[in-house]
Amino acid sequence: MSPETQGRRTPGADLPDHPDRLWRSAEPKRAYDVVIVGGGGHGLATAYYLAKNHGITNVAVLERGWLAGGNMARNTTIIRSNYLWDESAGIYEHALKLWEGLEEDLGYPLLFSQRGVLNLAHSLQDVRDSVRRVNANRLNGVDAEWLTPEQVKEVCPIVDISPGVRYPVLGGTYQPRAGIAKHDYVAWGYAKAAADLGVDMIEHCEVTGLDVRDGRVTGVQTTRGPIAAGKVALAAAGHSSVVAGYAGVSLPLQSHPLQALVSELLEPVHPTVVMSNAVHVYVSQAHKGELVMGAGIDAANSYRQRGAFHIIERQMSAALELFPVFARAHVLRTWGGVVDVTPDASPVVGLTPVEDLYVNCGWGTGGFKATPGVGWCYAHTVATGEPHPLNAPFSLDRFTTGKLVDEHGAAAVAH
Amino acid sequence: MSERSERTGGAAVQPYRREGATGKTLRFRFDGREYAGLEGDTLASALLANGVRAVASSIKLGRPRGVYAAGSEEPNALVQIEEPFPEPMLTATTVELYDGLVATGLPGQGRLADRPDPARYDAVHAHCDVLVVGAGPAGIAAAGVAARAGARVILADERPEPGGSLLGTAETLDGAPGREWAAGEAAALAALPEVRVLRRTTVLGHYDDNYVIAVERRTNHLGAQAPADVARERVWRIRARRVVLATGGHERFVAFAGNDLPGVMLAGAARTYANHYRVLPGSRAVVFTTNDSAYAAALDLARAGVEIAAIADVRHAPGETWVARCAERGIEVLTGHVVTAVKGEGEVSSVEVAPRPEAQGSGGQAREIPADLLLVSGGWTPVVHLFSQAGGTLRYDEELGAFTPGETRQAVEAAGFARGVRTLRECLEDGAEAGRRALAGAGLTAPPEIDVPAAEEEPAAAPAEHVWLVESGDYGTHFVDLQRDVTVAEVLRATGAGLSSVEHVKRYTTAGTAHDQGKTSGLLTGGVVAHALGVDVAELGTTTFRAPYTPVSFAALAGRDRGPLHDPVRVTALHEWHVARGALFENVGQWKRPWYYPQQGEGPGEDMEAAVLRECRAAREDVAAMDASTLGKIDVVGPDAAVLLDRLYTNMMSTLKVGSIRYGVMCRPDGMVFDDGTVIRLADDRFLVTTTTGNAAAVLDWMEEWLQTEWPDLRVHCTSVTEQWATVALVGPRSREVLARLAPGLAVDNDSFPFMTWRDAEVAGIEARVCRISFSGELAYEINVSSWYGLALWEAVMASGEVTPYGTETMHVLRAEKGFPIVGQDTDGTVTPQDLGMEWIVSKKKADFVGKRSFARADTSRPDRKHLVGLLPEDPGVLLPEGAHLVDTSALPEPPVPTLGFVTSSYRSAALGRTFALALVSGGRERIGERLYAPVGADLVPVTVTSHVLYDPEGARRDG
Amino acid sequence: MLLIPCPWCGPRDEAEFHYGGQAHVAYPEDPAALSDEEWARYLFFRDNPKGLFAERWSHTAGCRRWFNAVRDTATNEIHAVYRAGEPRPVIA
Repeated sequence: MSPETQGRRTPGADLPDHPDRLWRSAEPKRAYDVVIVGGGGHGLATAYYLAKNHGITNVAVLERGWLAGGNMARNTTIIRSNYLWDESAGIYEHALKLWEGLEEDLGYPLLFSQRGVLNLAHSLQDVRDSVRRVNANRLNGVDAEWLTPEQVKEVCPIVDISPGVRYPVLGGTYQPRAGIAKHDYVAWGYAKAAADLGVDMIEHCEVTGLDVRDGRVTGVQTTRGPIAAGKVALAAAGHSSVVAGYAGVSLPLQSHPLQALVSELLEPVHPTVVMSNAVHVYVSQAHKGELVMGAGIDAANSYRQRGAFHIIERQMSAALELFPVFARAHVLRTWGGVVDVTPDASPVVGLTPVEDLYVNCGWGTGGFKATPGVGWCYAHTVATGEPHPLNAPFSLDRFTTGKLVDEHGAAAVAH
Repeated sequence: MSERSERTGGAAVQPYRREGATGKTLRFRFDGREYAGLEGDTLASALLANGVRAVASSIKLGRPRGVYAAGSEEPNALVQIEEPFPEPMLTATTVELYDGLVATGLPGQGRLADRPDPARYDAVHAHCDVLVVGAGPAGIAAAGVAARAGARVILADERPEPGGSLLGTAETLDGAPGREWAAGEAAALAALPEVRVLRRTTVLGHYDDNYVIAVERRTNHLGAQAPADVARERVWRIRARRVVLATGGHERFVAFAGNDLPGVMLAGAARTYANHYRVLPGSRAVVFTTNDSAYAAALDLARAGVEIAAIADVRHAPGETWVARCAERGIEVLTGHVVTAVKGEGEVSSVEVAPRPEAQGSGGQAREIPADLLLVSGGWTPVVHLFSQAGGTLRYDEELGAFTPGETRQAVEAAGFARGVRTLRECLEDGAEAGRRALAGAGLTAPPEIDVPAAEEEPAAAPAEHVWLVESGDYGTHFVDLQRDVTVAEVLRATGAGLSSVEHVKRYTTAGTAHDQGKTSGLLTGGVVAHALGVDVAELGTTTFRAPYTPVSFAALAGRDRGPLHDPVRVTALHEWHVARGALFENVGQWKRPWYYPQQGEGPGEDMEAAVLRECRAAREDVAAMDASTLGKIDVVGPDAAVLLDRLYTNMMSTLKVGSIRYGVMCRPDGMVFDDGTVIRLADDRFLVTTTTGNAAAVLDWMEEWLQTEWPDLRVHCTSVTEQWATVALVGPRSREVLARLAPGLAVDNDSFPFMTWRDAEVAGIEARVCRISFSGELAYEINVSSWYGLALWEAVMASGEVTPYGTETMHVLRAEKGFPIVGQDTDGTVTPQDLGMEWIVSKKKADFVGKRSFARADTSRPDRKHLVGLLPEDPGVLLPEGAHLVDTSALPEPPVPTLGFVTSSYRSAALGRTFALALVSGGRERIGERLYAPVGADLVPVTVTSHVLYDPEGARRDG
Repeated sequence: MLLIPCPWCGPRDEAEFHYGGQAHVAYPEDPAALSDEEWARYLFFRDNPKGLFAERWSHTAGCRRWFNAVRDTATNEIHAVYRAGEPRPVIA
């Protein structure tokens, strides 16, 4: 080691400590007021807000594996609210406002970093769509700016804005309040806070059936025995179709693998989050220094938490188009999750045809950023039996009326 | 050590190089100092030869770290390559030394180059009967059996030379060094026509259906001498009928106080340095082991000249033969002992050993032994990464203290130590058997007799004892993951916080997430967690093994799909003319289309606004031409062609007369506009359908899907003919005159050649199909010729008079003035034909067509849906930005403010002498005449809603 | 990267194919006769089982034929492929 390397900062040293106590896996009781199926971010946030906002603490969160081990542990942690339609902006902006106070609320360091998100435009139509979204965002009180290529370069100097690129950068939208957080910490923050309020975290407890009597759900069957429930709230992400099917409820969902990857730890080069739909990239540099990137979704339905490799190769080619300096970075680890996708790329949150059975699913690639917002609204929906105004547009019956919330432009490939 | 001071005396002196080591001397720099190494070295072995102990510093605590292993499992010695080209974070143990290498040790983060990577990368596909991963004894044996029976075999190994464990152990086969056997076998196999032996090739991932990804490092080891025309790295995409995983094992260490100090090293690694690299990793060593394997290492090192001060064995009953051999060499064996402390300033200077706590009272006492090297063996872990990736289950082998392969659905099996087979002889036999089974699995016949070389007799093994940590009151320097600086203390904090899953502990502590992905530490972490929770390691399981097995460069995976090859570029037959004329281009799908043609002349060039106004004027007042070749063209042929089109278009196509043309719109089943274009009836059973440029492939796929999956009874064939035709749009009041000159044989008067008909004719001496259609409202023709003659036609048009070429921007303005929507610009997948004001194109007569049922849904019949309307800014000089929204208040209230709609198209119009826009506005048709406001920056721009048809609403101009 | 046995061309890489979702969902004979709910089911609701799934593929980079496969979505194992219009085979 040379003298100059000895003086360099230790990039892992400034990470916050975890609390000495998180939660203890509980044994299931015979009955709960509310059983939440799925111990991911949404399930945990829902449990927390049920307890905190509605005083409902006789709640169990059932997780088939280890807590928050599904998509919550596998996403690329991007947080933003710059969605196109008023309905989406409503719930995502509500989430972002909660994110802004969440560390304090939960008393847990979440590494929430409002480093901004850039969405790049590569064609004249991209530019029109982007400006349309910026203007829609502003009317909705969502911070948004349209940046010229030069301004893009100021925000993220390593983006290649030269006109020789196959799909040159013609500009980008920028949401300064957007950013990233540490997914595990978020899950644990909610788990700890909910457990402190009396919620039972029950791990390794897979739901194998829903008890429905006279059109009303009364409990769940699990690998650890039956559990009676006043209300059952599904938050099972990629497995929502399977679980809802136990009650005969069919959902307009298809489950697909979605992959992500990280590089080795690198000195800071990338100060923000960059997303591009046309050149399919989304990338940020996490706190320790690794590049975190999302890949595309596998075309075919699958419950394998593993995607196909050609999608990773394609992802790398796109990344180097925009960031030539990444050439010799290394892929350290790839992984996959199972996302549940709806026909309009918007979620389904609300009531079901079965009384006291609630559903929250269909977040596709966008679930993480919505965590506080949907937890808040879903808890309201479950507690009161009426959809919260912010999730009312995301009802199941929109597929019958045709009143879809088509976010393909905002969510189709990017996140 | 006096030797260490010698390194300052001259770069060629390598104080820890064994005598008799030969090879070319190579010069390199590390952390700013010049050193010499030998050909065949890795950076790690060369540094050790020079007595460099501290190679890197740890990420969190900044502690010095040295070389710990001898292969890709290295957890510590992370380096940055500076020259010949910066590359972040490699393990010194896998960097082959070359002349001119410049590297630095890393404090946890690598650094990216600030200049473009000049290297090439590529990818190849390969198919084989049997893929063997790992060219150690088992792998070579497996490949040998399969290859000699005639199978197509690929044998891949990550190292520069074959041999695997034989390289480090220096065991003999048939009385000769095993390394020579491996080299001979590999060469013999490579000479077989159906066999490929890939060196420096790491198999990174196993995917469904035995799709295996490997990366071959082809020129890295050549440094600046690497030829520029050879791909630096190559991705192998291998589809194998059978896969044999002969991936060997990784030695693991034990968690004890100070186990990270430079000079602490895995015993097997030290053996490899001494035997293979001819380097002594130290002068005086203490050995700490839980199993017999470290004895062979100790004895090899002793023979090489390292003084073995003592062997501390956690067991009370080590292998007797080994103890006897140690006694012969005067090596003290301390049974029932553990290492309790490692001392030294920045590197090991002494090691404290003591009887195990439960053995205390048996008379032993703690001793501090001076040493500069501490060799550790906590046992060996089979490399099951790929097997696990293949969906294989793992089972815990009590004897081995590690997980070994169980079942898998894939045609994959492990062989040799990778499945827990212990001795060299057994590994050879196991490999051969695996080769035989792979043959059978691939449907080939195995030879009746298989010879494997004779291995040395190995001493009877005494059982290992699986000790994960040395118990202590302070676990602050008992590292379990060296690279992430994770200690037993942190694991205990995690379990103390309530975490009971190894995945949670991994995430709480970050153990196993570093560059080495826990190769040496994963099981150890599990062992410590199990210890803390009082459960069985077997029950706890492992974390998931994820691809890639070792890190792989982004550039390798991107391969050649970069720059122009990132996505194919499509150009028309006229492209070179447009380029020569100075056109600017717009990307439309994969196509390059001329956007506008700035006029060149004296002074500064024309800007876009001026060029487009000029082009528009030419089209409206004179004559202009556009390359329309990119429009999709589909030949729809068959007795039921008209039936198909009736079902897919909202309007009736079966009533179209031969010789005529009709505009049509297609919807998805949800009723939303999907594409539009013209349909030309060529014959009773033949239509030519045009599509938008971007949707050509999608529309063809759409037709095929319906035909094949829903209506296989329809006798129709669809063929893309987009690239067969070049199309020139000739537009403007003088277009008839120009066409008449070019096509003297064609009757062009309005009665002979009316609007929405087509004629075959000779145009400029070229066979052509001329369609009288207009996307501008002007008198216009589209002249189609074979694309081979496209340029000739275009040049003839241009030569015929004052015809102005125009691009897509002018085309957009002209059509917008007429209120013609562009699918994808004025629609967004949520717009019905009715929303576009095209009620007239939705047939009432047809019983059904795709999309019809959806128009009856509640939401599609709402009166406040967004309609396509025109907007006139009250200030005729103000151009609205496309994407601006609309509100009906002259001052903005606090957000959220519901939007009434947005601007889809906005232009300056030469014909109107002002700006105008198209917009989708809620209930727009009922708002015509109303004033709305577009928030633009801080301003609210007042606009008046109008019909979307702003120019020539009577359609008087189309006939000239 | 699945290896998909096209019934016309033989086994080929997944990248040559286009996915078409659930098989055996026929276009309704008389859409006008359907309720909004029934029409919505046709438009937007598809099975999403964890396990055997009859699905459509098109060999877009090969013969361009549509065909059906029965695949296990939990393991990605393809149990059968068959031509469009043929009944779904029974998988034991």
